[in-house]
Amino acid sequence: MTARDEVLGRIRSALGDGPSRPAAGAVVRQYRRAGAAAAEEFPAGSRSDLVELLVDRLVDYRASVSRTSPDGVAGVLGRRLAEHGIGSALVPDGFPQQWLADSAVERHSDEALTPAQLDRIDGVLCTCRLAIAETGTIVLDSGPGQGRRAVSLVPDYLLIVLEAGQVVAGVPEAVAQLDPTRPLTWISGPSATSDIELNRVEGVHGPRTLDVILIEDAETPAAEVRDAQAPEAIA
Amino acid sequence: MTYLGMPTAPAGVGQLRGTESFPAAAETALANGQLRRNLANATSTIRAKRAAVVSEVPDWQQLRAAAAAIKDDVLANLDSYLVQLEARVTEQGGVVHWARDATEANRIVTELVAATGAREVVKVKSMATQEIGLNQALEEAGILAYETDLAELIVQLGDDRPSHILVPAIHRNRTEIRDIFLAEMAGVHPGLTDDPPALAEAARTYLRQKFLTAKVAISGANFAIADTGTLMVVESEGNGRMCLTLPRTLITVMGIEKLLPTFSDLEVFLQLLPRSSTGERMNPYTSMWTGVHPGDGPQEFHLVLLDNGRTATLADDRGRAALRCIRCSACLNVCPVYERTGGHAYGSVYPGPIGAVLSPQLTGVADNPSLPFASTLCGACYDVCPVAIDIPSMLVHLRGRVNADKAAGHRLPVPEAAGMAAASWAMRGRRRWAWLLRAARLGRWARLARLSRSRTARRLLPPPLSSWTRSRDLPEPPAQTFRDWWAEQR
Amino acid sequence: MRVALFATCLVDGLFPDVARATVRLLRRLGHQVEFRQEQSCCGQMHLNTGYPAEALPLIRRQVEVFADCEAIVAPSGSCTGAIRHQYADTARRFGDERLAVAAEAVAARTYELSEFLVDVTGVTDVGGYFPHRVTYHPTCHSLRLLRVGDKPLALLRAVEGIDLVELPGAESCCGFGGTFALKNSAVSAAMLADKVAAVAATAASVCSAGDSSCLMHIGGGLSRLRVGARTMHLAEILASTRTEPALV
Repeated sequence: MTARDEVLGRIRSALGDGPSRPAAGAVVRQYRRAGAAAAEEFPAGSRSDLVELLVDRLVDYRASVSRTSPDGVAGVLGRRLAEHGIGSALVPDGFPQQWLADSAVERHSDEALTPAQLDRIDGVLCTCRLAIAETGTIVLDSGPGQGRRAVSLVPDYLLIVLEAGQVVAGVPEAVAQLDPTRPLTWISGPSATSDIELNRVEGVHGPRTLDVILIEDAETPAAEVRDAQAPEAIA
Repeated sequence: MTYLGMPTAPAGVGQLRGTESFPAAAETALANGQLRRNLANATSTIRAKRAAVVSEVPDWQQLRAAAAAIKDDVLANLDSYLVQLEARVTEQGGVVHWARDATEANRIVTELVAATGAREVVKVKSMATQEIGLNQALEEAGILAYETDLAELIVQLGDDRPSHILVPAIHRNRTEIRDIFLAEMAGVHPGLTDDPPALAEAARTYLRQKFLTAKVAISGANFAIADTGTLMVVESEGNGRMCLTLPRTLITVMGIEKLLPTFSDLEVFLQLLPRSSTGERMNPYTSMWTGVHPGDGPQEFHLVLLDNGRTATLADDRGRAALRCIRCSACLNVCPVYERTGGHAYGSVYPGPIGAVLSPQLTGVADNPSLPFASTLCGACYDVCPVAIDIPSMLVHLRGRVNADKAAGHRLPVPEAAGMAAASWAMRGRRRWAWLLRAARLGRWARLARLSRSRTARRLLPPPLSSWTRSRDLPEPPAQTFRDWWAEQR
Repeated sequence: MRVALFATCLVDGLFPDVARATVRLLRRLGHQVEFRQEQSCCGQMHLNTGYPAEALPLIRRQVEVFADCEAIVAPSGSCTGAIRHQYADTARRFGDERLAVAAEAVAARTYELSEFLVDVTGVTDVGGYFPHRVTYHPTCHSLRLLRVGDKPLALLRAVEGIDLVELPGAESCCGFGGTFALKNSAVSAAMLADKVAAVAATAASVCSAGDSSCLMHIGGGLSRLRVGARTMHLAEILASTRTEPALV
């Protein structure tokens, strides 16, 4: 008998093939499902609350957030890269070129670069699939402007451009929008570890700096550039 | 009782059994003051963090109930969900392997690595591969496995054993970690301090070249989605992403119970797991992949499905809920016993309350007879469990299995069992029970209580009384039992 | 109300003052108290040590003795917990559905003392008087099995003259755990040491709880380490009045 048949046989005899076996998928769900969280805590028209929550949570996990209007992206991006001394940046296919108008970095496109080649590039710029306000999470799915998974991992500096319209309330809303056939990477703050005395230390193998540029509608009062950073990050 | 006769995890391979009983191992651990301080600091830190982020979630109990129900659904229909997973992974370009036990899983992985020609592999922290002793099996085949999780690296460099599910080096403090790095880490800067960021930086530098050049990675999985074939690893450091993304070949070893029926079930578990585990709203990195993604990540993917005593656990209808476990380790962090003994005393890679119910079921109770008794049944573990495993009730059930197993192996009654039977007999006769209570009060008890107060005299007391009087006095006997007083009043 | 006292075997034999105090308190509040001499042990020790077959006759006896009682009150969270959470399940495990149903009926009318006072009779001020510094250990089974919450504390706060101080790490187990204290005596002792240190830190003269088993354990530690505090059951403090003060 193959291992497969034997393990499946063991499962069947362990469970007993009687009428007592419940049907698959019968689960009562009384938690907040997609849409419910937003309806309860973020009534229609208060997307700005959601965005405020996301910013708060991102900053809490030591990401720096710059808020700007669509027209302000290029300026903020250029300033961010300069502040971090980023001389070379990987720019994935589909990343809007106009956002690079004010940046002086050496640009690389991803032509099947090896990990070692990626390691020699200072930083990476990318867009994202969506962001989760409650948990301060940004999700990448290797879509246009994001590049493949290795690209957003190996360089030590990661800058993600996010639009306010991409922010969802909670985990259920995010799961409902994601396509499981794509490779998914959920990012909540920079690389970190809690392995030394269970205290969180930022910066291990992944990018040690995470910058987020959040694009808000030109009409909202938040249109002027405001930077939010954790106190430690400023110091 | 259908669990009889179901194959359990074999002895002599992997790490599910200790070399001594829990009480004996605990005594050694308790004598280590540094260990106790490290554990007390770490567990109190994580308890506070968990409590804070759990209190932010208004529907925590509803999420918990749904999680338990989803996992019970998985267990009740495990055969069909596994077949479904296998079909989806295969459709998406992955190769699925089945392993009856640790020995078979080790052989499969070793052969897969050997076929690539690689002599080195990078590993993401994985309980399943710890359980089966994969690193040792690889080493015997001449393959070097590099643990890349910081805590696993500390354990591996220190030639130590993991003592916690989430933070295997929880028993080490920063100074001890610095000393291990200085002694064992190739190329480490001799001026390394014990500042945690400096220690993290040292690990980054040490592993960087390994990640960039590795050809094969080995991982576990936190969840596998039956209806899409998606696999998932949650982590913090980015070592997981390195392993899951950069090498050409990825081999994932996963217990057969780690399934979820649908992708949308993640909406429950991705809320419960990080908050229960590291006390974060979300862990820094979560990776999900479905088979092979052309041009992105590993181009060869193998999934090894491991039984190793899980079907034996499934066969016990009062024990199978242990297979709901998502390895968050919240029960360890709140357990007053774990906090004082640490994980090594449990002998298995699964320590703490969940280990005390899981390890004996994976190995069969005869091989871990002391673990179900390693608890005061205080219930703190059940309260925090995100999948609502009633660990105290399960411990009690497994104690019964241990006793039954011992009775079956002896022709004469075991002394404790005989004592319990005698007590039960005495307690159910009104007159003999009243007489016994009175007799105990009058004669021996008063003398024993006096003896227990004298340092020299109490040494003469026999077990099990001596176990009590070693650190506690006996109460003074009363002048009269309550029932006698009551009778007099009337 | 007619109240049947389930004294518990430990209180009956070793701590009769606790049962006497419970009787005095319940009578003072206007209840008629009876004590059925046929009662013995709830079987918790057998159940929790893994001897359900030996516990079964004790379960049967407990259910028979108290079958026709309106309210059964026990000065113990853990015995009440065993009756409420383990009886019917154990009976069913042995295929005795009739016993299981009878056990559920008895369990539904069995109350831990603070539950009975607060939930059934709606009283928090029992008219007690106890001019001493007291700290309270909530005991695991009252806290996490019965979920009595802060009912015992509400009762204690209403006692005249009491100086109630919070116990650091109150919700941590004291390390008793029934036969755990014998089978894992070293771990039990380590947990006890921390509990005793916490009691000492409060400078209370009395450490109280709703379970005599935990109190026996904590009291044994306080006595061994000569901490100047003694243990008293919740019932003893609540029963104490100006005219009949409890001795400390």
